Amino acid sequence: MALAVQLMLSGDGDLGEIVALSLRVSLTATALACLVGLPIGAVVAISRFRGRGAVLILMNALMGLPPVVVGLLVYLHLSRSGPLGFLGLLYTPTAMIIAQTILITPIIAALSRQVLEDLHAEYSEQFRSFCLTRRQTVSALLWDGRYSLLTVGLAGFGRAVAEVGAVIIVGGNIDHLTRVMTTAIALETSKGDLALALALGIVLLVIALGINAAVQGIRMTAVQQAHV
Amino acid sequence: MIGNSIGVMALTIAMTVSAAAQDKSIIVQSTTSTANSGLYDHLLPIFQDATGIQVNVVAVGTGQAIKNAENCDGDVLLVHAKPSEEQFVSEGFGSKRTDLMYNDFVVVGPESDPAGVGGMSDAQAALKQIAEQGALFASRGDDSGTHKKEISLWNAAGVDPSAASGDWYRETGSGMGATLNAGIGMGAYVMTDRATWISFENKQDYTIQVEGDEDLFNQYGVIPVSGDKCPSVNVEAAEAFADWLISGEGQDTIAAYKVSDQQLFFPNAPVN
Repeated sequence: MALAVQLMLSGDGDLGEIVALSLRVSLTATALACLVGLPIGAVVAISRFRGRGAVLILMNALMGLPPVVVGLLVYLHLSRSGPLGFLGLLYTPTAMIIAQTILITPIIAALSRQVLEDLHAEYSEQFRSFCLTRRQTVSALLWDGRYSLLTVGLAGFGRAVAEVGAVIIVGGNIDHLTRVMTTAIALETSKGDLALALALGIVLLVIALGINAAVQGIRMTAVQQAHV
Repeated sequence: MIGNSIGVMALTIAMTVSAAAQDKSIIVQSTTSTANSGLYDHLLPIFQDATGIQVNVVAVGTGQAIKNAENCDGDVLLVHAKPSEEQFVSEGFGSKRTDLMYNDFVVVGPESDPAGVGGMSDAQAALKQIAEQGALFASRGDDSGTHKKEISLWNAAGVDPSAASGDWYRETGSGMGATLNAGIGMGAYVMTDRATWISFENKQDYTIQVEGDEDLFNQYGVIPVSGDKCPSVNVEAAEAFADWLISGEGQDTIAAYKVSDQQLFFPNAPVN
């Protein structure tokens, strides 16, 4: 614990770099996953079609995608000998963003589907009376549910920033290039420096706390203003 | 489907990143011992100052490093499993293999030394004794250079430990450091390279029990990945790095690296 505080206070440049990359990769992945996952969740929430049950089961099951498997799939695609190897993206932060985006898009889609479906049940009559198109219904739902969806985004971000299996395969844990908090923790553990590994873990936890608190703050301010 | 979605995302972000990718950078697919012991932190700044070439190290087990290099995902291979390395070259993936440096393997164990192998210098006899006593032994079990070496020693000792897998023979399927952590956690003997052991910081009551056998020799080799097989390889920079490592300056730099006043790697590249 003392070491964790010391690490944070020392303003260590390497640690700052690692923390910054962690945030950059996981926040970008969360934003991309929301861009893709929220519309999917909304559309599935308001649609009734044959095989919907199977789609829901699939979406929910994909929330449990093992990071290592995602990492391996992305590796196989981005490897020089893979179909997208010509892009030269393996062992770059971009590869890590891609892996984490794939990992958490199902989480965003499945959780937002549940949130929006409940909301839709509440408002469906109103929507019908306004004769809204599907597209309008989707945007209205996403807007009305924005505060609940923040929590969905946080769930996705939490999963992304905490996983190590995918980023260590596609990023390679390269010092000053693709080393993030979780891969640094794995490295220190394998060096037997358990105290430093734990201290880094505490730093990661503090960052996660900070982000959650910030989002909660935004949400509360916004809700209060809405009621004024 | 996954392929398509990766493709779309990759293309949209590719532009920003490829512009930033440096021309003068290479990826070294490396065994973990050289990375975990801090050798690269000592070597690379000196090499980078001299040449301006940025070296990025991916540290994985030897088996995986070779696989990655065969997929053209590296410019230089630096590992320690000579037969596999020679096969890599003979299959055309590497241009040439050069002996780089050596150290040795040791067997570490708890102070209580349940199999009574402390002080032995005959590795085969020690392993045989561990097996006969049924004392816990933690193996890498991950196709790494160390694992390959360990298997060859068991074979030479005439013991088939896989029959006791899960019993006294515990295959962790992880890297050297993780296996040491696990082995120390359960009081098992572990075979490790000396460099990892010296720089390992969670030794607890463990000490070196078996050392000094010729069979425990640990040779590292360096191979630039072939530009014919992998057009993406930065041949010039890869060869510059390999040539520097085996040059007088590179070899002296390797010899100068010490942890706790002990030299970890002994350069032995052939002098041309």
